[in-house]
Amino acid sequence: MTGPVARGSIRRTLFLQLCAIAALLAVAFFFIVRSLAEGAAEQTQDDILAASATAIADSLRAEDGAVTLELPYSALSMLGTINEDRVFYRITVNGETLTGYDDLPLGDSAFATFNYRGDTVRRVQQSRVISTGGSAQQVTIAVAQTRRGMEAISGRITATATAVALAFFGVAAGLSLWAAHTALSPFQRMTQSVTRRGPTDLRPITSAMPQELVPLASAINGFMGRLGASLKRSEDFITEAAHRVRTPLATVRTQAEITHRKLQKPEHKQAIRSMIRAVDESSRSAGQMLDHAMVTLRTDSLDHAQLDLRDLVADTCERLAPTADLKDIRLTQSLPPGPVPYTGDRVLLQSALRNILDNAIKYSPADSTVSVDFAPGTPHRISFTDQGRGFNGTSLSDLTHRFSRGSNVDDIVGSGLGLTIADEVARAHGGALDISENTERTGACVSLLLA
Amino acid sequence: MRLLALGLILSLLASFVLAYEIEDQITYPAPSGETSVLRIISTADRPAFEPILTAFQAQNPGLTIHYTITGTSDVMQAIEAERAPFDLVISSAMDLQTKLANDGFAQPYRSAATDALPPWAKWRDQLFAFTMERAVLVLSTSDFPTLPATREGLIATLRNAPSQFRGRVGTYDIARSGFGYLMATQDSRHSDSFWRLAEVMGSLDARLYRSSGDMIRAVASGELALAYNVLGSYAATQISPSGDIRIVELSDHVNVMLRTALIPTWAQNPGSARAMIDFLTTLKTQPSITSASGLPPIDAGALSANPALRPVRLGPGLLVFLDRLKRDTFLRNWHSAVSRE
Ligand SMILES: Nc1ncnc2c1ncn2[C@@H]1O[C@H](COP(=O)(O)OP(=O)(O)OP(=O)(O)O)[C@@H](O)[C@H]1O
Ligand SMILES: [Mg+2]
Repeated sequence: MTGPVARGSIRRTLFLQLCAIAALLAVAFFFIVRSLAEGAAEQTQDDILAASATAIADSLRAEDGAVTLELPYSALSMLGTINEDRVFYRITVNGETLTGYDDLPLGDSAFATFNYRGDTVRRVQQSRVISTGGSAQQVTIAVAQTRRGMEAISGRITATATAVALAFFGVAAGLSLWAAHTALSPFQRMTQSVTRRGPTDLRPITSAMPQELVPLASAINGFMGRLGASLKRSEDFITEAAHRVRTPLATVRTQAEITHRKLQKPEHKQAIRSMIRAVDESSRSAGQMLDHAMVTLRTDSLDHAQLDLRDLVADTCERLAPTADLKDIRLTQSLPPGPVPYTGDRVLLQSALRNILDNAIKYSPADSTVSVDFAPGTPHRISFTDQGRGFNGTSLSDLTHRFSRGSNVDDIVGSGLGLTIADEVARAHGGALDISENTERTGACVSLLLA
Repeated sequence: MRLLALGLILSLLASFVLAYEIEDQITYPAPSGETSVLRIISTADRPAFEPILTAFQAQNPGLTIHYTITGTSDVMQAIEAERAPFDLVISSAMDLQTKLANDGFAQPYRSAATDALPPWAKWRDQLFAFTMERAVLVLSTSDFPTLPATREGLIATLRNAPSQFRGRVGTYDIARSGFGYLMATQDSRHSDSFWRLAEVMGSLDARLYRSSGDMIRAVASGELALAYNVLGSYAATQISPSGDIRIVELSDHVNVMLRTALIPTWAQNPGSARAMIDFLTTLKTQPSITSASGLPPIDAGALSANPALRPVRLGPGLLVFLDRLKRDTFLRNWHSAVSRE
């Protein structure tokens, strides 16, 4: 029987997908925080620069027909309060530099970033119109500052954002693992509840479960229903078939025996005897086939029951004692003194033991001894030794094949399924069937080994 | 022909180098086999700096030091205009030093010593302060039986006895002295009483001086009753504590000038310059040198001990008073108050 092939894992897929989402969110978070923070830092610098330029513009005045300026201390000192950046300024009147760094570039936009005196600077620029003696003068105020402080801030923020994003990802990955685990736990519970069931338990699954599992459970229930029905059909069919075959055969056999008694001519009696024999063989075959079918069915789902092996052996001997008595065969038992606990399928073990003992009695001559020896241990060895004809050169490995009979059977009725049944039962219990000759005298020794 | 060209270039260079005025140039040859040369341009005079230089040289015996002394504006000329080949620039003109650093002439440096400096004693890791020099009053006790505690108190005392103080109050000519200008501009920032004091001094026909030394001598001779904004460290070396001349620190605020050092970007021996900065900024640990030089070292604890101390703040604020228009206006206002012409 081949089992399902594992390809991929829902848990792993779920975990990886959640991790990928978390990583995506962490990266997005990092970039958003960084750009927001850098924007804020830049805005702060722009605001201070603009405040500085406004302070300068407000202190512009007209004096003696010219624009003049008394640079307020705060205009530049405020730029030095938040960081240690370099500061440049320039004031022009109608394009002519009034004071400040006369190479500081002016532009059209209020804010600009460019390279100046070996550093990147942010420059803010404002314009005012001052009227002096009736003429309007266009005054431009530019204040610039290097960005070392801002870069330090954004560096710190980037480091923090990185740390937070990494921490977020770590926590999210842990939670993903947990989420994947819990999401799949109903599957595990269902698997366990199905595995725990006995071989004959084909009841539907009725426990509460998440709605996603309901279709699967319904499918399993439907399948088990069909399986149960099909098993029942097979069993019924076999029982029915055996019954249908054996009942008419019994009738035929009775009629044949009556006829046999009435007949006088030896050749007629001989014909009826072979007919009775054929009927016996057919009847035996039907019974053994029924047993074998039952064994095959049960080995698929073995019943693990606690039982006493010693008791089982003794019981088998007791059941077959009448048959042995018919042939004046002595059954000697050497069993362990106490019970031998064992986990296995009682019906199957009984069938195996019965078939082996049946052979020993069947293939032994009258007035002989069959000894049953039970040596408990690992494995338990239950040997049936007879004083019959032995296997007489028959190939031993073939005897466990279906319908295979030895060349030593003479006219003894049989179907060739007895050892097949015993072998299958032994293997289903993790054991083996050991077939050998009687070592002391002619005869067979068949042992059931049970692990 | 080649020699001629070389000579021409050399003479050109010489004329170039000499474009700023030099007061004095002293060479301290390496005590043991010269391995490197440190060129310092400084505004500190020889008696103040020689103990420091020789102590530093004792630690670095392979070092020859060329010590060039000049005025604050000549330092500016040498560095800003001529990029003269110096390794270290030492000046008491905090505003000009700040401008040099702001305009990109200084290279950054960090060490355990500079990290240990209080934040107000350095700027951009380019400008390092190593002295704290207070602006003080120097007065004779014969004219001031009770010492003034604040500027308001001083104004009241002067107003109450105009005849006694007429012509006998001295201060810096801030148009000629960088230190005087720096102290006056800082005074103007800290209190309104500065301008009233200037008015009072003007009404008393205040006399203007170019150096602390001249003022101290004038007070010593009785010519002056009071000198305002004198360099305290210098006064302490000149005045014997037993005489009737007193050094007074006003309690409303005391301006503190910081002497600073920077390394030009083109320094040829930045290693020795950095070692010198480490040496200067840790002068407090060497009391024998500071007492010999008379330069008070940076002492972060001094500020908490005396809350009136106001170290001049390094940074772009100092650029304001360097602005040509601002300077013109300030000097005009000051002159109209003090000179009364
Ligand atoms: N105790 C025995 N002594 C001698 N031969 C044996 C013995 N047991 C089994 N055999 C040989 O092994 C063969 C297979 O035995 P098996 O029980 O499978 O078949 P069977 O006895 O012929 O038929 P049945 O299915 O009716 O028992 C037998 O036909 C016989 O030749
Ligand atoms: Mg048999």
